[in-house]
Amino acid sequence: MLVTVQDLWKSYPGQPPERAVLRGAQLSLAEGEAVALTGESGSGKSTLLHLIGGLDGFDRGEITVAGQALSALDEPGRAALRRGPVAIVFQQFNLVPSMTVEQNLALHARLAGREDRSWIKALTARLGLEGLGGRYPEELSGGQQQRVAAGRALAVRPALLLADEPTGNLDETASAAVMSLMLGLARETGTAVLLATHSETIAAGLDRRLHLSGGQLA
Amino acid sequence: MRRAALLALLSHWRRRPLQFLLLVTGLALATALWTAVQALNSEARSAYARASAQTRPLELPQITAEAGYIPIEAYARLAREGWRLSPVIEGRWRSPAGTVQLLGIDPLTHPPLAAAAERQEGQDRLPGLLSERGLLVAPPGLAAALSSAPMGPEIAVSAELPPGTVLTDIATADRLLNRNGALSRLVVLPGQPDTLPALRRIWPGLALNAAGSSTGPEALTASFHLNLTAFGLLSFAVGLFIVHGTVSLAAEQRRGLFRTLRAMGLPQRSLSALLLGELLVMALAGGGTGILLGYLTAQVLLPGVSATLAGLFSAPAGNSLSLRADWILAGLGMALGGTLLAGSQALWQVWRLPVLAAPGALAWARASAGSARRLAAAGLAAALAGAAALLPGGLAGGFAFLGGLLLGTALCLPLALHLATRLAARRAHSPLAQWFWADLRAQLPGLSLALMALLLSLATSIGVSTMAGSFRLTFTAWLDQRLAADLYITARNDAQAQEIRLWLEQRGAAVLPIRSTESPFRGAPLEIYGVADHQNYRENWPVLTAAQDAWDRVAAGQGVLISEQFARRHSLTTGKMLSPLPETSYRIEGIYSDYGNPKGQIILGITELDRLFPALPATRVAVYASAATPQPLDGALREAFSLPGSAMIRQSGLKERALAVFDRTFLITRALSLLTLAVAGFAILTSLLGQWDRRLPQLAPLWALGVSRGKLARLDLLRSLALTSLTSLLALPLGLALAWVLLKVINPEAFGWSLPMHMFPKGWMQLFILAHLAAALAAAIPAIRLFRLPASHLLGVFAHEN
Amino acid sequence: MRTRFRALITFLILAWPATAAAQGYAGLGSTAEGFALPERGTALQFPRDHSPHPDFRIEWWYLTANLKDEDGDPMGIQWTLFRSALRPGDTEGWASPQIWMGHAAVTTATRHTSAERLARGGTGAAGVTPAPFSARIGDWHMTSPDTALQNLFLEASGDHFSYSLQLAAQTPLILQGDRGYSVKYRDGQASYYYSQPGYRATGTVTLDGKETSVTGKAWLDREWSSQPLSPDQTGWDWFSLRFDTGEKLMGFVLRGPREGFTSGSLIASDGSTTPLPPGSFTALPQAYSPSGDVPVAWQVQVPDHGIDVTVRALNPDAWMQHSFTYWEGPVTVHGNRTGSGYLEMTGYR
Repeated sequence: MLVTVQDLWKSYPGQPPERAVLRGAQLSLAEGEAVALTGESGSGKSTLLHLIGGLDGFDRGEITVAGQALSALDEPGRAALRRGPVAIVFQQFNLVPSMTVEQNLALHARLAGREDRSWIKALTARLGLEGLGGRYPEELSGGQQQRVAAGRALAVRPALLLADEPTGNLDETASAAVMSLMLGLARETGTAVLLATHSETIAAGLDRRLHLSGGQLA
Repeated sequence: MRRAALLALLSHWRRRPLQFLLLVTGLALATALWTAVQALNSEARSAYARASAQTRPLELPQITAEAGYIPIEAYARLAREGWRLSPVIEGRWRSPAGTVQLLGIDPLTHPPLAAAAERQEGQDRLPGLLSERGLLVAPPGLAAALSSAPMGPEIAVSAELPPGTVLTDIATADRLLNRNGALSRLVVLPGQPDTLPALRRIWPGLALNAAGSSTGPEALTASFHLNLTAFGLLSFAVGLFIVHGTVSLAAEQRRGLFRTLRAMGLPQRSLSALLLGELLVMALAGGGTGILLGYLTAQVLLPGVSATLAGLFSAPAGNSLSLRADWILAGLGMALGGTLLAGSQALWQVWRLPVLAAPGALAWARASAGSARRLAAAGLAAALAGAAALLPGGLAGGFAFLGGLLLGTALCLPLALHLATRLAARRAHSPLAQWFWADLRAQLPGLSLALMALLLSLATSIGVSTMAGSFRLTFTAWLDQRLAADLYITARNDAQAQEIRLWLEQRGAAVLPIRSTESPFRGAPLEIYGVADHQNYRENWPVLTAAQDAWDRVAAGQGVLISEQFARRHSLTTGKMLSPLPETSYRIEGIYSDYGNPKGQIILGITELDRLFPALPATRVAVYASAATPQPLDGALREAFSLPGSAMIRQSGLKERALAVFDRTFLITRALSLLTLAVAGFAILTSLLGQWDRRLPQLAPLWALGVSRGKLARLDLLRSLALTSLTSLLALPLGLALAWVLLKVINPEAFGWSLPMHMFPKGWMQLFILAHLAAALAAAIPAIRLFRLPASHLLGVFAHEN
Repeated sequence: MRTRFRALITFLILAWPATAAAQGYAGLGSTAEGFALPERGTALQFPRDHSPHPDFRIEWWYLTANLKDEDGDPMGIQWTLFRSALRPGDTEGWASPQIWMGHAAVTTATRHTSAERLARGGTGAAGVTPAPFSARIGDWHMTSPDTALQNLFLEASGDHFSYSLQLAAQTPLILQGDRGYSVKYRDGQASYYYSQPGYRATGTVTLDGKETSVTGKAWLDREWSSQPLSPDQTGWDWFSLRFDTGEKLMGFVLRGPREGFTSGSLIASDGSTTPLPPGSFTALPQAYSPSGDVPVAWQVQVPDHGIDVTVRALNPDAWMQHSFTYWEGPVTVHGNRTGSGYLEMTGYR
């Protein structure tokens, strides 16, 4: 298994355990598998993704990613995880406004020390970003920006792509286009995907679907 | 990893070169003023050190006497007890080229001095020095002026002497200074016997001063340099406000970037280290630029400083500035330290920044009345700490009080402005006016640092100009009292002085002799004047406090009048006894003001002075003309006695010269306070430009509601002016408090005189106009940008809004 | 430091002959600068002449002693006070033209250490007073409870030595030359010169921290003049020798381009003095110091009186390197007389 989540508990400051965001969530994700994560707003989808990405700590339980138990890792160790098997795509794109498209695309790969120029070039072409390399994010449309964000994550050839409502800011047409590109590329490269979404259409197009409710997965 | 992260971090500055420029400039300005002051101080210190090295062996201990002079018998006793000593007679000598420092050494035993050892035209200096006629060795300019009198000592030139210093043999100095053998100090030579009888057992009243201790110019000018340093520090603090503003802004703007980098696997520690490195590099860049700017500034200010030091303290100072490791390193150190201090808050925030937080929330913008209250509390604490520092007294305590007062008030500024704008908002009726005040209040947190800088610089300017102005008024009035005679004459010799006196008295003028000498008192020079018993003194002398019949007792040789700074320095009051010379004792009859004189001064009756110093030249006289006196008096005298022009000084000329020295003293202070104001204006510009990005979303809704861009631009300008006005209102009382401390605490400590305080409303108005101009100028750039902004940008605010 | 010292020697010592040569002193009794000149036939008067003669350019109180320490090892000490006048006459205070210089040394076969003191006249830090006799510079002093220098008490110290000696004269004062008028050259330069060659000495010497008591003999020379050297004279070799027979020999060679000028006197054990006319006393270098610049062994002969001895330096390295450099040290005497004495050599360095 690429990812296992066992009896995961997570509460935010001031939350009593019975109202915790995650209350014993369980999950396993095989390599190359694309899984949709659905649930109400505030049900804890983002929290779960953040915990798997090592962006935040949890109260109880265990997460393993690519054989590493997250509870055993300190902050630099978890940061190294995101330069290793894990990449994240956010709803707000999180592009660096002061860097060009080209630089943004290569940023994560460079941080991870695995820049593969021909792969990035191929990604640029596949994502339809040719000719936009010298532009700044603010000069792009929302759909183009999210394609850059997806490309930036895929450029590191992650084993696991965590995507947190990546198209939540886009209209339906743009959303569908970005999503199919992203998932297609993930499938081709054997990247496992855990995608939080509230779009039934998108969720339906994936291998499997998990619903988060009451702090537990079903 | 780090390289990629660093490039991402730096890309921010590439996209915002202006912001980068502001940061570096702010840092450069802060460092520049500080460095300029340090360079000036360093130059002066090195001039003193050079002078000391050229005139006294600093590595050797010296023996001095509490009474001032060491009797020749004391020297003989010490020598016979085994002390190995080299005697020195030194003092102020009224030479044909003006008053100079005469240094008389025994060239046979004195440790080597270049000026004594060097050869001129193949001749050793020694025979000349020891000759009956004597030899005066003087620095080039002075040597030329000391044209060799036919029977006087020969003159030799040496570049190895500080300006205004003449080296000669001890016998020649003894003769020229009328010392009757009494010594100024004894150099303790190396290689003393192991067992020496204690100094006090051989001759009471002698003191052994450790090597390096000095009564040279350093002691007299210390307060002047402390003044400069305090101003340099103030400018630096104002400059740091700019740095703090820009660094915090950049941290805010890159908050998203920091999170993205963390999400992509950059560890927190690496991020913090990179940001620290970035800060240090910028500190070096800004500091380096600042040092260069400071060097240039110092070069501009140097002649004024040198003139002040020479005029006020007779301290040697060069006119060329050299690059010195001490102030360059100190400047860089201050830049690095200051940047870290200013950036510490931002760095701390980054360190604690959770990787997941609601993005876009601006820490400053959220700063509320609550944080303003906390700042004000801190300010109050700072002011109280400063007030506590005042209790033990002293110059450092005075400056600490000033620092506490200034910092404390600056920290109270946000709360004061917050309350003022809330009050204004309550009184506003039109919706636009209400928005204006509400918006103003919302902007306060972002602007408060710049406004604090403005407050500080305005208060400093008010304080300094009030002090300088008060001083000048007092000084002018004092000059009128002090220089009551119409003409001051220096005759060629005593006989001519007598002739002139008779000639003048036949023509109805009153002629009063002026005789003075200088004698050390407890290690510092003391001027002793003898005055004739005359109505002019009784009526005009600027006496502060005096006993009854003071002048009668002075004339009778029983009493003495002392200067204010002398009284303060030695805690003397009217009625106490004073023994300025061995075996003398006088009752202090009064204290008079003697502004601008770093030395102590006392007045004796002239018969008493003559009794103590029978050989003093009687060549100087003061002339009080009457109706019967021919006019112009100096012309008539020149004809009758073929006196050179330099031998007669009109009262008006003397006053002019005194005022010129005075004005030079405060030139530097004024220049520095104006430069500080410029830095504050720049801080406002920085803050306003920094706010620019966040302004648009706030202004766009108003534009959409029908307020034109022109009107918005005008309102923005008005906003800046309103804040400046509010700050100015607070700056006035603070400035006056500053002036009070300067006049009543700092001046008595630093110079020994206290001064009455005068008010200069016209000057304040000028300053406020200047401040408003600066604020308007700073606001104009963003306002013009706003006015010229294409509508699409304002629309874009809505399009991008999430 | 060197510059100043060189200046001093130039000024105080070497500049004189040149000025002396340029003046017509004959018969005038004074130099061009107004210094007094010695005149033949002037009777020396004591104790007056123990005191300084400020009208003469230079004067000295020169004491040397040949001693033996507790172990019987030979040792020499020197105590000298020079007076040198910038101008004739004296006044109180710093305006005094008199300059005082003291030299003191301790010499053993392996060690020579010395010190110098300088002081201005008119101040009381240095000088000579007649009654009771006292010559001092700083804390170095040579004092006498009497006015005839019958008994002397001597003290001096330097960085590495100090000594304290009591001297008691065994013989009367000796007037050198013609009743104290001592001719120094063919041209007529002369000085006033008297000696007390017969002191018995006891006391203590501390050398390099080690104190030892000493006994021996001492010799005092008093001389004053205004023009001691002719311009072509390069230096002198001066001997004071004490023979075990009780005789004493003072002799000097003034070296010049021409044949050296020699003079001296032979003092019998009863104190009677025989002046040695020029040429009667001879001294020839026999061996030079390891550095090669100064003779350390001499053949000294007075053929008229049957004296033929070898004079050997106790310590070849007895250089006095101060304001001016000269060699001054104890010697041993062998040959047809044995004894000890002191040798002074100038003009070699």
